[in-house]
Amino acid sequence: MTAHDPNLSRRSLLKGAGALVIGLHLPLAARAQSGAASAFRPGGNATFAPNAFIRVAPDSTVTVLIKHIEFGQGPFTGLATLAAEEMDADWGQMRSEHAPADVKLYANLAFGAQGTGGSTAIANSWEQMRKAGAAARAMLVQAAAEAWKVPAAEIKVDAGVISHASGKQGRFGDFAEAASKLPVPENPQLKPASAYKLIGKEGAVKRLDSFDKARGRTQFTIDIHAPNMLTVVVARPPRFGGKVGSFDASNALKIKGVVDVKQIGSGVAVYATGMWPALKGREALKVTWDESEAEKRGSKELIAEYRKLAREPGLVAGAHGDAEAALAKADKVIEAEFIFPYLAHAPMEPLDGYLEWDGEKALARFGSQFQTTEHQTIATILGLPLEKVRLETMLAGGSFGRRAQVSQHLAAELAMAAKAIGPNRPVKVVWTREDDLTGGYYRPLFVHRLRGAVKDGKIIAWANHIVGQSFFLGTPFEAMVVKNGLDATMVEGANEIFYEVADFRCDVHSPKVGVPTLWWRSVGHTHTGYAVECFVDELLQAAGQDPLQGRLAMMGDKHPRAAAVLKAVGEMANWKGPGPVDGRARGVAVVESFDSFVAQIAEVSMGQDGEPRVHKVWCAVDCGVAVNPDIIRAQMEGGIGFGLGHALYGEITLDAGKPVQTNFDSYRSLRIHEMPEVEVRIMPSTEKPTGVGEPGVPPIGPAVANALAALGHGRPRQLPVKGGTV
Amino acid sequence: MVSLKVNGQAHSVDVDDDTPLLWAIRDNLGLTGTKFGCGVAQCGACTVYVDGQPVRSCVTPVSAVGDSEITTIEGLSGKEAEAVQASWTKLDVPQCGYCQSGQVMSAIALLKENRKPSDRDIDLAMNGNLCRCATYVRIRAAIHDAARALEI
Repeated sequence: MTAHDPNLSRRSLLKGAGALVIGLHLPLAARAQSGAASAFRPGGNATFAPNAFIRVAPDSTVTVLIKHIEFGQGPFTGLATLAAEEMDADWGQMRSEHAPADVKLYANLAFGAQGTGGSTAIANSWEQMRKAGAAARAMLVQAAAEAWKVPAAEIKVDAGVISHASGKQGRFGDFAEAASKLPVPENPQLKPASAYKLIGKEGAVKRLDSFDKARGRTQFTIDIHAPNMLTVVVARPPRFGGKVGSFDASNALKIKGVVDVKQIGSGVAVYATGMWPALKGREALKVTWDESEAEKRGSKELIAEYRKLAREPGLVAGAHGDAEAALAKADKVIEAEFIFPYLAHAPMEPLDGYLEWDGEKALARFGSQFQTTEHQTIATILGLPLEKVRLETMLAGGSFGRRAQVSQHLAAELAMAAKAIGPNRPVKVVWTREDDLTGGYYRPLFVHRLRGAVKDGKIIAWANHIVGQSFFLGTPFEAMVVKNGLDATMVEGANEIFYEVADFRCDVHSPKVGVPTLWWRSVGHTHTGYAVECFVDELLQAAGQDPLQGRLAMMGDKHPRAAAVLKAVGEMANWKGPGPVDGRARGVAVVESFDSFVAQIAEVSMGQDGEPRVHKVWCAVDCGVAVNPDIIRAQMEGGIGFGLGHALYGEITLDAGKPVQTNFDSYRSLRIHEMPEVEVRIMPSTEKPTGVGEPGVPPIGPAVANALAALGHGRPRQLPVKGGTV
Repeated sequence: MVSLKVNGQAHSVDVDDDTPLLWAIRDNLGLTGTKFGCGVAQCGACTVYVDGQPVRSCVTPVSAVGDSEITTIEGLSGKEAEAVQASWTKLDVPQCGYCQSGQVMSAIALLKENRKPSDRDIDLAMNGNLCRCATYVRIRAAIHDAARALEI
């Protein structure tokens, strides 16, 4: 099969039959991240390390240690930009490496633990990384001043060159050693925004990771090889909550390349000399599963239960006035029920991890998103003190929330797999795409039941009953987000809305279901954004209002930033109402998430095949100070594609508890011919920077749905729009 | 033992005939630029060339390759490869980057066949390559950019 087969996308499954691979490991370059390791190693090439983040080498390269995992959203570039700005470095001399796991040095200031999520990388590093850069600059300047015997105040730094009016000049590396002997200033002065040369400047900064990624040189976890290493795949229960009853490994062990089979906490682990024998070994395993405690309800049953619950009063998440009374008095109540499926994150690199230990100390290397807790989990399972376990964060092939594991299941599985085979046998645990899609930790299934009433062209009442699983209740993270039994991530974006409605209520039910669920790029906004922005559009339509002007009118002057992005996107698209014009209609939506405001307008037509075609998306974003405008644009483009693909095609369906979709042939993902043209405007701002990794996602679904309504197809009540194909 | 000719070098690999080329390349030859994404020819992350034609190595058994010339991203050369990789870097196409080896392989193959691809040509050539980060806007722009560079 060639890659140029235009019909490749959803058919033609050519499975290679089973075979054996005998490990013939060629010696490989040991570490893609040896730079980071050496920066920490005494005798490494960095001679100036003024703080936990900045390393200056004699050749003047500046390596910034990045406390946030890079899996596409740009912290390697963004955090380096902040440091480089204050150092007055030349962008060409900047490098980035992951910081090691160390909560004392590298905590996310928004969490109090080392970890990435909630689109916080730039927001929590904004001051910290600039101060780190400013301190380094001050020390280099002081070192130069002492060497040249001139006042420090007379020294200039520009594009990595330190100079004095006398004609003396040098680079950072020339003063690195001298600077390293100086005291670190505690509160270095930061530049005024007017002096920025990199922050917010178009074209001033390019991603530090593009070059290698375009050449296949980036090392991900799956690429790790080590002498004597075993590849491990795990047979896990087909239903959530199932356990290993018994297993027979005799056939698996006959397969050449299979070294061992062990039961571990998550299932039955097959250890082999490579991926292919590991997969063959797993296929040959006979496992009897104990499903006595397994979740056996399917999506159909859960939806029926949730719909019933949505008709009973739930825990109040937000209320003012008396929505029920107002609805009871209304001439006409408009009702809409929206059903959202389970969704998989499906990062391109499935979950994986590498671990080596000798019984006394361990090294774990993987795409760790919550370093602090994963570090502890691995140490606990191996029975080692924390300081004997080193955790190196690897660049990861996407996450979208999947690697931010509340349950720690991957770190635990990795440690259990290493422990079960014993010391001095490095292991690399690899999940297949089937493992990934059937492995749970989904965006939870949700039902929103909304009722509203309009009078004299105004929305007067709004009631929203939300039903879905909480992935926080009953976990160690509960204290972070759950108050009075209410999981804030379930209702964010729905319990408070931009729109002024006299009588308002939002309540929630959190039924217990045995399907592991997790946050998924933009978390609660993945469903609340759709429900709220579709329903307000529907009510405005009933009230005879323009979708855009009507929203602005209901915002009043209370939401200036939301109103501003809405006005901006209207201007960009030259909004003249939803249409349709020449078969194309437009829908609008605006959502605040992670303290950023994003408005989008989608231009949509209906294809002859009955599939919506999204031609163009206009997007206005206010994320405070725009540190890297091009990365913000990229995140809006990517967020729109990610959100659109799932709104149109994405669903994990459970049939009697078992996931139906097992690979990209059935878990349909957006492809290039389905990607709209995207135009992004970044609002000028002096506010602190806020999130960009997630906020591009929520508005696209409702914007498309609202356009579909204008085309006469109604707003889809159940996602995905093209669902039920399996 | 199976003989494979990869990036101009002959290798003898101790695997059975039906081992997917992907795992022979990655696990036996240590060339990890070619990625595993699905195992069923649905995502394109494993794209390599067999006698210059892009092929999904995850479903291509080594026995089907014979004495063909296999090219992985590590063995790329030529004007099209240089242009595509330069445009990929210039436009900062990659996000997580995991699928990009496959994207780059498919894009180069397209430009070798068609020096001035239309948007429709790009759709047809590239729709077997999934990108979960949805970098598609830039993939398209970078292919056009590389095509322009090749004209000069």
